[in-house]
Amino acid sequence: MLKIRFLGSLLAATLFTGIHLANAAEPIKIGTFLTTTGPASFLGDPELKTLQMVIEDINAKGGLNGRTVELVHYDTGGNAREALNFVKRLIRKDNVDLIVGGTTSGDTLAVIPEVEKESIPLISLAGAVEIIEPTRKWVFKVAHTDRMAAAKIFEDLRKRNLTKVALITGDGGFDKSGRAQILKLAPEYGITLVADEAYGNKDTDMTTQLTKIRATDAQAIINFGFGQAPAIVTKNIKQLGIDLPVYQSHGVASQTFIDLAGGAAEGVRLPAAALVVAEQLPDTDPQKPILLAYKKKYEAKYGPVSTFGGHAYDGIMIATEALMRAGGTDKAKVRDEIEKTQGFIGTAGVFNMTPGDHMGLNLEAFKMVEIDNGAWKIVE
Amino acid sequence: MLEQIFQFLVTGITVGSIYALVGLGFALIYNASDVVNFAQGEFVMLGAMSAIALLAAGLPLPLAAIAATLLTALVGLLLERFAIEPAKGASVITTIIITIGAAIFLRGVASLLWGKNSLPLPAFSGNEPIQLGGATLLPQSLWVLGGTVVLVALIHAFLNRTLLGKALLACSVNRAAAQLVGINVQIMLRLAYGLSAGLGAVAGILVAPITFSSYEAGIMLGLKGFSAAIVGGIGNPMGAVAGGLLLGVLEALGAGLVSSGYKDAIAFMFVLMVLFFEPTGLFGHKVAERV
Repeated sequence: MLKIRFLGSLLAATLFTGIHLANAAEPIKIGTFLTTTGPASFLGDPELKTLQMVIEDINAKGGLNGRTVELVHYDTGGNAREALNFVKRLIRKDNVDLIVGGTTSGDTLAVIPEVEKESIPLISLAGAVEIIEPTRKWVFKVAHTDRMAAAKIFEDLRKRNLTKVALITGDGGFDKSGRAQILKLAPEYGITLVADEAYGNKDTDMTTQLTKIRATDAQAIINFGFGQAPAIVTKNIKQLGIDLPVYQSHGVASQTFIDLAGGAAEGVRLPAAALVVAEQLPDTDPQKPILLAYKKKYEAKYGPVSTFGGHAYDGIMIATEALMRAGGTDKAKVRDEIEKTQGFIGTAGVFNMTPGDHMGLNLEAFKMVEIDNGAWKIVE
Repeated sequence: MLEQIFQFLVTGITVGSIYALVGLGFALIYNASDVVNFAQGEFVMLGAMSAIALLAAGLPLPLAAIAATLLTALVGLLLERFAIEPAKGASVITTIIITIGAAIFLRGVASLLWGKNSLPLPAFSGNEPIQLGGATLLPQSLWVLGGTVVLVALIHAFLNRTLLGKALLACSVNRAAAQLVGINVQIMLRLAYGLSAGLGAVAGILVAPITFSSYEAGIMLGLKGFSAAIVGGIGNPMGAVAGGLLLGVLEALGAGLVSSGYKDAIAFMFVLMVLFFEPTGLFGHKVAERV
């Protein structure tokens, strides 16, 4: 008897859900694969939080085109092979409509062939210029490239009439890609590299490399990396009493760097997204209201913002706007609409994508900032 | 050039004494139980992270350091009691795998408790570099060096001068015989874990102002400390110290004189060479197995 009743209610339940499913529209599924554990977790962590926050917001306002949005996330741990497995799963098993993600360049580059083969739009949050060069039909990116960072630093060096530069970089993908861009661009700006030192990203002391740099006739030091290593480099420079201008990359554009390097960070310059200096922007800057709104919302929920979370904001907003314009989830239509993104004001800058430029940011998107009294200051 | 080499040496000795402190913890547990405790690096991380957290909670630095050390020692004891002891009688390999599991568990807990960012600990006595000949070093490096000397001396005296320490050593020489002469092997094991956890914590707190700390900091430190213990002859505490210093100096000289890109390769090549020609380590006891 009990069994029959149970079966009966099970049947009723199935019927009800069946009716329910038929009535409500299927949710729009956005897939993502971020690095929320491992060395790059401080990038992926704010990215995931931002995606969740934005999607929660969209659903609270009634969804997109009357459909709710669902986020499907997998943590790659910074392992490119895992990234590829998860992207296959997102496409085949979860049937997502588009993918926002790839925290690191390594993860993103690993999944590009699969994404191209399966014809699904991908908006990457990673930095390397190789992601959009050559332009691939289905791949877009929203984070500044390392080439832009290198160019911005060289522009600033030229303004200060410095031509001899010592380079010190870590052994990660971001570091190596940045180093390659610096080596490539230096001749264009008339810069000579007098040292090219390396360290491991988990190393705890870089005084050896810096001692070698001290013995050269370098006029400035460029350190390209992220995480704690650049903070140690900055402290070691101070410790060795090297009195040269120090440039870091956009990889350390977060309060964490200032906290870690402490007093040694004073005077360090780096190209950064406008997000870190949002309050200092003139009121006429079109980015200012967007930056402040994102910052306020994120900080109310999770604590200090970072530019990395900002990339996730740009990625998901470009995606949802394209979905709205496409009026559905037809992948080819959504792709075309992403490519038509014009004048979108994000946290990284103003995006103007074209068929030949799947990022759409120019050098203006970077601000050269200097650390002054433990805070960021625009130096342009 | 001479000035540069001097700086390399200073750097090498500082980094080396960090490895030495971690290696010492490995040697202690290995001595008591023949087990390589792969959670040793996590003890170092736990010490540093809990000191940072306690400091942020408003405790003064010395108090935070002491509390963090005791806390980590407690974690070591609990680990022995609830993870190692239930597997009593299991093979050494099984126990080693348990410690690997414990390490992953501790990392996970730390990432939940303290997040994933690197966190700094303020230097004990300022950040003004000290000039030493042509080289410079941070006051904190002196703390690390001094701390290493004091801890090594204390451990050495404990193992060779006290009854408790000798009992601990006896367990490593022959566990069954130690039990027969009335040594409580169980208690000795707990002592070894508590002690090396506390030791790891002190190491972590001493180096955190230089290296920062994060939930993952234990991986690298554990690996280097393990190499130090191996080079010195695992099971010989003083060997671990020598091994750590050797490794640190070698890394610094390798990076300085050859190429910074091959820094780790040079150090690990050395470890391999030692294992190849002197499998028991530079200062290890020659083991004669009786069949």
